[in-house]
Amino acid sequence: MTTTRRFATTILPPLLVFAAVIGAWYFVSIVMLDESEKFLLPPPHEVVTDAFLEADVRSDIMAALWVTAKVAMIGMGIAIVLGSTLAITMSRAKWVERSLYPWVILLQTVPILAIVPVIGFWFGFDTFARVVVVVIIALFPLIINPLQGLQSPDSELHDLFTLTRANGMTRLTKLQIPAAMPDVFVGLQSAAGLAVVGATVGDYFFGRGQIGLGMLLSRYSSRLQSAEMLATVFVACLLGVIAFLVFGALGRRMVGAWSPAWGAR
Amino acid sequence: MKRALTGAFSRNSTRTVAAMAPAPRPLVAFHEVGRSFGSVEALAPCDLAVPRGEFVSIIGPSGCGKSTLLRLASRLDAPTTGSIEFATDSVGYVFQDATLMPWRSVRRNVSLLAELNRMPRGEITERVDAALEVVGLVDFAGHLPHQLSGGMKMRTSLARSLVLNPEVFLFDEPFGALDEITRGRLNLVLQDLFITHRFAGLFVTHSVEEAVFLANRVVVMSSRPGRIVEEFEVPFEHPRSLDLRYQPDFATLAGRVAKALEDAS
Repeated sequence: MTTTRRFATTILPPLLVFAAVIGAWYFVSIVMLDESEKFLLPPPHEVVTDAFLEADVRSDIMAALWVTAKVAMIGMGIAIVLGSTLAITMSRAKWVERSLYPWVILLQTVPILAIVPVIGFWFGFDTFARVVVVVIIALFPLIINPLQGLQSPDSELHDLFTLTRANGMTRLTKLQIPAAMPDVFVGLQSAAGLAVVGATVGDYFFGRGQIGLGMLLSRYSSRLQSAEMLATVFVACLLGVIAFLVFGALGRRMVGAWSPAWGAR
Repeated sequence: MKRALTGAFSRNSTRTVAAMAPAPRPLVAFHEVGRSFGSVEALAPCDLAVPRGEFVSIIGPSGCGKSTLLRLASRLDAPTTGSIEFATDSVGYVFQDATLMPWRSVRRNVSLLAELNRMPRGEITERVDAALEVVGLVDFAGHLPHQLSGGMKMRTSLARSLVLNPEVFLFDEPFGALDEITRGRLNLVLQDLFITHRFAGLFVTHSVEEAVFLANRVVVMSSRPGRIVEEFEVPFEHPRSLDLRYQPDFATLAGRVAKALEDAS
């Protein structure tokens, strides 16, 4: 009964949406498009047969996936260290927060497409420059969410630490960092999706060096290989979704027992 | 000769002690203490001394500086005029909200202040066990705060301060948010603590009945700027049973306190 109910309420609706999208896709590519325009949107099964089931194409996509995933992960790692350090520094003193806050906001508003060429100009077009793009795009939620978390404990809890003459380090490790963890995982989740975007956009624009998903996309598109191109798009989406799910699972595991935002009831 | 001298001295000192006994040295003594925030006077200069073994309730209309008074008594805040004499460093503070750490179990919340004071592990365990026993939470030691009722959270908060066995115990409307029955029960728990440890207690409340039930002395404060307008000695011996609240003597005294409170508002 409960399984049926769960299926009906949480699994069925998105499946129906999926079916509707596939249906519309078939409709467009078979009914609406003229034979001469068919290359623009091949039907879904052709994406499977021409790309995923084609050994050469598949191995190209997988190799590119690995290149992009590697860049995204390295960039994430650096952004996590950098973001946490900045968040902790900003939480230590009001004047530091006030000095840095506008620049952190700027980080969020900077149009990534506008600075990618600049980064390539400065740092070359290979892994390092792509990592820089990832760091810049993923950094914002990794500063702002931890900072909010570090500042979240009640003033009364701070008072208790003051009463016992606890030093700043104790306050940070025993009060602020544990309190920040739910927000940290929210930040990690947003950043994970952004990191994949950054890694893909980076090599799409640079168009040199190891072939990642972005570069592969631009090649397929210039050769009008639409089935292969769409397959690559799906793989890129999947990478983002997996990164999002991994950090979600991690968050539930680490703080789900007590944080209402992560499933505690 | 020498012996005679000694005898004289000892007789003398015995007499001195006997004369001192009715007025033991206060653990906290306010001398003309006032506190302003900018141009707003929160607390008008007031005198208040609390010796060991005295439980003082402070009652007054909202915003009369009761909390300010407690913050001053705990050294979380400093007076703008007058001076405060402290005879001890050992202060317990129970806030209006339980202010527990949601990621820590009941046991680990109760051990917090002992940890911050760098007590040896064995002693922490011992004291935490004792405190949990006193507040009746032994069976809930492993629970997380969000799994507890409001009353249990407050018990945890009480136990947390109790672990340090403070000489001065400050309470800022700790039971204000609880239902009548829970409040009555916790009043009894608190009374037991007082009888066992004979700390100097300062208890802020909005409830006349609670103020009189717990205290040896009730201090009535006026609204802003807060000043002490009247004090009542409460003659009933501890331990008191909850029934006392419905005795004529108690009702008469409570009535006088209520009248003073009304005049002060």
